Amino acid sequence: MRDVYIIGIGQTKYGEHWEKSLRALVVEAGLKAIEDANIYSKEIQAIFGGNMSAGSTIYQDNIGSLISDFSGLSVNRIPAMRIENGSASGGAAVHAGFVSVASGFYDTVLVGGVEKLTDVSMEDQAEIVSGEVDQEWELFNGGTLAGLQALMARRYMHEYGAKREEIAMLPVLSHEHGSENPYAHFRNRIKVEDVINATMVADPLTMLDMAPASDGAAVLILASEEKVRQIKPEVKIKISGSAMSSDFMSLQSRENLLELKAVRDSTEKALKMSKSDIKRVKIVETHDSSSIMGLLILEEIGLFPKGKAGKYLEEGYGHKDSRVAINTSGGLKAKGHPMGATGIGQIVESVIQLRGKAEKRQVHNADMALAINVAGTGSASISHVLEVV
Amino acid sequence: MVGIVSYGSYIPRWRIKVEEIARVWGEDAEDIKSGLFIYSKSVPGPDEDTATISVEALRNAMNRKSVKDVGAVYVGSESHPYAVKPTSTIVAEAMGFTPEITAADYEFACKAGTAAMQSVMGMVESGMIKNGIAIGADTSQGAPGDALEYSAAAGGTAFIIGNDNTIADIKRTYSVTTDTPDFWRREGQDYPRHGGRFTGEPAYFRHVTSVAKKIMELMGTKPEDYTYAVFHQPNGKFPTRAARMLGFKESQIKQGLIVPYIGNTYSGSMITGLSAILDIAKPEDRILAVSFGSGAGSDGFHIEITKNMEDYRRENAKAVWKQIESGKYIDYAIYTKFKKKIKMGD
Repeated sequence: MRDVYIIGIGQTKYGEHWEKSLRALVVEAGLKAIEDANIYSKEIQAIFGGNMSAGSTIYQDNIGSLISDFSGLSVNRIPAMRIENGSASGGAAVHAGFVSVASGFYDTVLVGGVEKLTDVSMEDQAEIVSGEVDQEWELFNGGTLAGLQALMARRYMHEYGAKREEIAMLPVLSHEHGSENPYAHFRNRIKVEDVINATMVADPLTMLDMAPASDGAAVLILASEEKVRQIKPEVKIKISGSAMSSDFMSLQSRENLLELKAVRDSTEKALKMSKSDIKRVKIVETHDSSSIMGLLILEEIGLFPKGKAGKYLEEGYGHKDSRVAINTSGGLKAKGHPMGATGIGQIVESVIQLRGKAEKRQVHNADMALAINVAGTGSASISHVLEVV
Repeated sequence: MVGIVSYGSYIPRWRIKVEEIARVWGEDAEDIKSGLFIYSKSVPGPDEDTATISVEALRNAMNRKSVKDVGAVYVGSESHPYAVKPTSTIVAEAMGFTPEITAADYEFACKAGTAAMQSVMGMVESGMIKNGIAIGADTSQGAPGDALEYSAAAGGTAFIIGNDNTIADIKRTYSVTTDTPDFWRREGQDYPRHGGRFTGEPAYFRHVTSVAKKIMELMGTKPEDYTYAVFHQPNGKFPTRAARMLGFKESQIKQGLIVPYIGNTYSGSMITGLSAILDIAKPEDRILAVSFGSGAGSDGFHIEITKNMEDYRRENAKAVWKQIESGKYIDYAIYTKFKKKIKMGD
């Protein structure tokens, strides 16, 4: 297996892009990434596109071809495919791109993710986003994504005696970091009481526990060692670990509501691949589609003891100046959650940090980052370890 | 100079509180009140519609100053009682202006009233008519359980526009129009539909702020040069935020901000706020008034009060805030009866 590097990154601002279409968003991010990589577009040999919902939101499928066409790459007849894994579509696309370069099949690939949600009403958005949980066993019976995560939050409070305030700590932290990220959907800071007193979504989770529906795109250019030698980037960033795992689709099939086995498995494998362990990681991007999901992931990967993540955050852990920085991008909560782009955007943020270009939110001595992108309530998880080499 | 010769408003006396609507639908009233900045809304009585509201408003205007030589009556509304048959003919007949007069109905969501004002201004300025009447009135509809149900209200305002004896000169008007589908109702549908958050940034704020900025640029004015400002009021949040974005202070918009107590009177919304300002304005006061209609467009007006206001008999009709204060609250059951939401047997 060959080493795989990230030579280019690009992203749009996440948020409500009323005047930009899905294709306009992905082209904007794609061109930035190609420019950032300092390559010609003809050097790209394949496209892996992450997208969850275009078929439902804008009735557009075949997103791979669309990206290829509107990036001006279809004239090169390159393969272009869409990867769909719910909220984890972006991370899955990165994993597919990684495998394609690591295997020796391609030297330079573009991995892009995009989502355009604001073309449909909020009611429709809620239904479309819930498409990543089990339609027959969960959603049909009223188990929306938010509802299921609320069940997990209740169980978490019951099992570990965690306080509601502790769960609210992650959105507070995400917003604090997001306020320094010019690409973030929301740049306001919030307090614990704002989270608790916000409009109820699914008891005990409020609007400020939940990631927003965002439009946005994020793109990476992955390359082999050979290619990197030609380009000679200022900072050489390697994907030293990439792993994807799956779990039971619906909550009721799992032994324990609070165990995210896919998350643990993908993260252990990715860290093992990188010959590292969680203690070495300086930056973690967790998948806070809700506050509870974000916290459960942090505990599952061994960063905090079970039931205690919120308490640790209260003590200052997770802040960009602490031993391990969490969601420096603002996370899904503040940076935003354009599903197909989300997992790729986490890696874009990690690269910005590892390059030392994160300005006000820069983590001191950032040399290793971990990004975890999850589908639904944990049915799929993709972990990526990035290192400066 | 063309301007307002007389004005009058009418707000139905019935009110329903946000708490009462929220109680029926199991919603959090406090959340809605702080989210929309609306506490109650006006409800038309069972014998009231856009035609009766228009006539009441115009009667108030005529009570303040009886104007002869009226050449046009235009009524702007999105709830004309008839799909085919004008409201304006009913109004013209009721006021005794017929038959030597031109009349028509206007429709442009919430800005049909200001569109009518601009038409009348043009006719007066061209010399086609001496005085004309522009009315904006609505008994707007919100689907049961929809967010609009908390705001869709009833009311209207009439302006008599002419060249002579104006109490307020309209020194400039300017409009912006785009095809922005933020809110619509198709023929035969009982209730309108809306694009949720799309109604904010790309619709309301873009049109309202660009018109306000352009008017100030054309007139060489700044926010502090205006005594009052009034913007279309679909809820309390939007005009307050638009004012803040443009640099207006709360003291400039407070008098015209009527929506928290009577809801959104659609075609009557901004102009009834303007009417509330005219109730207290003094000579030389300047007013910036900007309407917004979904679909979408904004009409802006730079208005200056003249010396004629001193002799004008404002007291001959009930001031807007007096009408707001004299409301009577009804419960949701009476509300559904008044709004004819109950299906009757044969």
